[in-house]
Amino acid sequence: MTAIAKFNRRSFLVSSAALGGGLALGLRLPPFGPAVVRAADGSPEITVWVAIRPDNTTLIRAVRAEMGQGTITGLAQLIAEELDCDWSKVEIEYPTPGQSVARKRAWGEFSTGGSRGVRQSNEYVRKGGAAARMMLVQAAANEWKVPASECTASNSVITHKPSGRKTTYGKVAEAAARLEQPKDVPLKDPKTWKIAGKPLKRLDTAKKVNGTMVYGTDLKLPGMLNAAIKDCPVFGGKVKSFDAARVGGMRGVKKVVQVGDSGVAVIADTWWNAKTALEQLPIVWDEGVSAKVSSADIAEVLKAGLDAEQAFVGNQAGGDVKAALAGAAKRIEAVYAYPFQNHACMEPMNATVRYTPDKCELWGPTQNGEGAFAQVLEASGLAADKVDVHNVMLGGGFGRRGTYPDDYVRQAVLIAKQMPGTPVKMIWSREEDMAHGRYHPVMQCKLVGGLDASGNLAALHMRLSGQSILAAVRPEVVQAQKGRDPLSFQGVFESGEHSFSYTVPNLLIDHAMRNTHVPPGFWRGVNINQNAVFIECFMDELAEAAGQDALEFRRKLMAKHPRNLGVLNAVAERIGWSKPAPSGVYRGLAHLHCFDSFVAAACEISVKDGNKVKVHRIVAATDPGYAVNPAQIERQVAGSFVYGLSALFFQECTVKDGRIEQTNFHQYNSMRIAQMPKVETILMPTGGTVWGGIGEPTICVAAPAVLNAFYRATGKR
Amino acid sequence: MRLTINGKSHEVDVDPTTPLLWVIREQVGLTGTKYGCGIAQCGACTVHVNGVPMRSCSVPVSAVGDGKITTIEGLASGKVLHKVQKAWIDHDVPQCGYCQSGMIMAVAALLKAKPKPTDADIDASITNICRCGTFQQVREAIHAAAKAA
Repeated sequence: MTAIAKFNRRSFLVSSAALGGGLALGLRLPPFGPAVVRAADGSPEITVWVAIRPDNTTLIRAVRAEMGQGTITGLAQLIAEELDCDWSKVEIEYPTPGQSVARKRAWGEFSTGGSRGVRQSNEYVRKGGAAARMMLVQAAANEWKVPASECTASNSVITHKPSGRKTTYGKVAEAAARLEQPKDVPLKDPKTWKIAGKPLKRLDTAKKVNGTMVYGTDLKLPGMLNAAIKDCPVFGGKVKSFDAARVGGMRGVKKVVQVGDSGVAVIADTWWNAKTALEQLPIVWDEGVSAKVSSADIAEVLKAGLDAEQAFVGNQAGGDVKAALAGAAKRIEAVYAYPFQNHACMEPMNATVRYTPDKCELWGPTQNGEGAFAQVLEASGLAADKVDVHNVMLGGGFGRRGTYPDDYVRQAVLIAKQMPGTPVKMIWSREEDMAHGRYHPVMQCKLVGGLDASGNLAALHMRLSGQSILAAVRPEVVQAQKGRDPLSFQGVFESGEHSFSYTVPNLLIDHAMRNTHVPPGFWRGVNINQNAVFIECFMDELAEAAGQDALEFRRKLMAKHPRNLGVLNAVAERIGWSKPAPSGVYRGLAHLHCFDSFVAAACEISVKDGNKVKVHRIVAATDPGYAVNPAQIERQVAGSFVYGLSALFFQECTVKDGRIEQTNFHQYNSMRIAQMPKVETILMPTGGTVWGGIGEPTICVAAPAVLNAFYRATGKR
Repeated sequence: MRLTINGKSHEVDVDPTTPLLWVIREQVGLTGTKYGCGIAQCGACTVHVNGVPMRSCSVPVSAVGDGKITTIEGLASGKVLHKVQKAWIDHDVPQCGYCQSGMIMAVAALLKAKPKPTDADIDASITNICRCGTFQQVREAIHAAAKAA
């Protein structure tokens, strides 16, 4: 977990706030007096995660972002489980980062990425629910003057067993809120769960089927204006000049403003009028030093890294790779490449800001409320108690709405600062969204394998050459690692949540860092996407060279990786690996260990006319340790294949003249229902002490499983 | 200019070339219909004009004339959900949900034209993009809604 845990730290403000804070249960409510903290509607807060209304409704607090992945429903299930509340009367309340900072980070981490939402907050939110239950029961016992040990709670009702007396959470909430929070809070054995672990429906569906769910683009504030923005299409370029007078008289236009060094925005009554004027606005750019860079130039730089002397080591599990490769009976070599890709969330980037010299508030979709808070703080120049961020439902996230320098949050503040007192909603056009992504890093990989005389893998050198996300986004982490980006090795790392799932006697996995002017970002799965393609396609090549079955060849290297073996065997069995595929149909498989989950996929495809692929079947197995909501996990797994296979079949962002060439979905397509087979999900949690992630892991096995099948069908990689 | 949306008449003062999507969202204030691409690729903006599904981002408002427009907000009959909306809830279809207004409108139109669609009918008619990848549940819910008819 070390790699991820380190880059959670972000702004100076949030970090320094953390020093005084700690997790939720660090908060102590005094036993008496007026110090009951209240929810927005006045309901008493029992613990920071739970407030109870007099009508017995439970308000569960959530600070992680909901972008469709179901995390909020899952976390609410965990809290409700320990609280023993009535699930039919649960509502969600979102505290703001400003409130959290004011309370010494009472709610802990807001950042929602790295598949951490459930796995890294499960313990403290469960304790928040369990402590609240203990306090509610204690309050009832106090009222009845009986020992709390004689009382039980279920479905928001407290019963005194000996007398049969009953009361509700709603009736004792005020008294419970005045009790001191218990220190020793035992948690339930997951085997006894009644709410958590069950395939319950999401809490937010009703508003998503009738048009009433409010996304960032839908926000309405009194007196609000709208802004359309264009940033220099060449990354690193600047605004030289623009001719505001040319559009000043156009319909609805209020103001034309420069945004930082590199952007220009038109503010108008409606967004359509703002965008129409922006398209007519003459802008001269200083395109800077990268104005001539193309994809071919970048590929050349990466290619040179494949054989470079200097590289950062991510995994050197023993042996002498050079000597072992030199002495191998058979030597196999392959070079692969992975392109830039845009997240292409359905809802383009946007944010709404109201700025006055006394207060700056932002409403917008973000995966990291605290990160956005720090950026608003910096861009507004105001003090922390004068700034806040209000999260709204995200129209997709996939890593794009994390915290990146010089991104949409900062732009929205800089625009609103030029219209003090007036809320301004800034929405990117799809074209702007395609031009200013935070792209999946570009990477090449050279793999050299050595087989011994019996066809066993004796040595493996995997050399990555390409872009580091952390070098661009969290340079302090890279600095602390003496220049190495540990995340580059996700899925093939020496240890931890992303460790390599094979044992090879002589092994070296290293990374020649080659950064580009194209800004990288955390794209669903992050670096597991390319690493799974590299290692799992090469494993098939090695197996073929050894004259062995792809599954059997892998199994021999996996004796020390039983949970990977478990998921791999599960998909092999379900797809029918030991029996021949139907005529004209070809199979492939892949697996990886990532985000503390163990995942595998097997697929069946056919290929027509040389390259027209039809995917007939996908089987996906995942062992995340614990399964909080099997129905939502199934949806995440199926969805990850749509995202991953869209990337494989349709999505490459190419660079010409320093800018991204693809402007919209007609050049950057996404799979439709007709192209997507049913995903047969095998959920096989095996418990243990570590909880694995769900949102990302299975995405990485989609592409290599299909590529391996494609090779069997066509003989091409 | 006068528009009929969800059975109500609205007077709007806009440039006639303005896409229907932005008139619905910014003049009439119904934001359930979403902007995704602006070039009729993704379908997030799907509404019905005289019962026919249209990608409203690419329809100039002047082209609608006196056509009757239905948006996601007008799909239910009062408080009674449309069978597609009901199936969507029963099958827990949406993930982020941003594309689902358009998806539901496209499916409602399909079921009107073909009350019992086959998988092939669904493949041919439902071409909306969903980046979360809800297609498995979309397909199940379409068949369920068809059965409910």
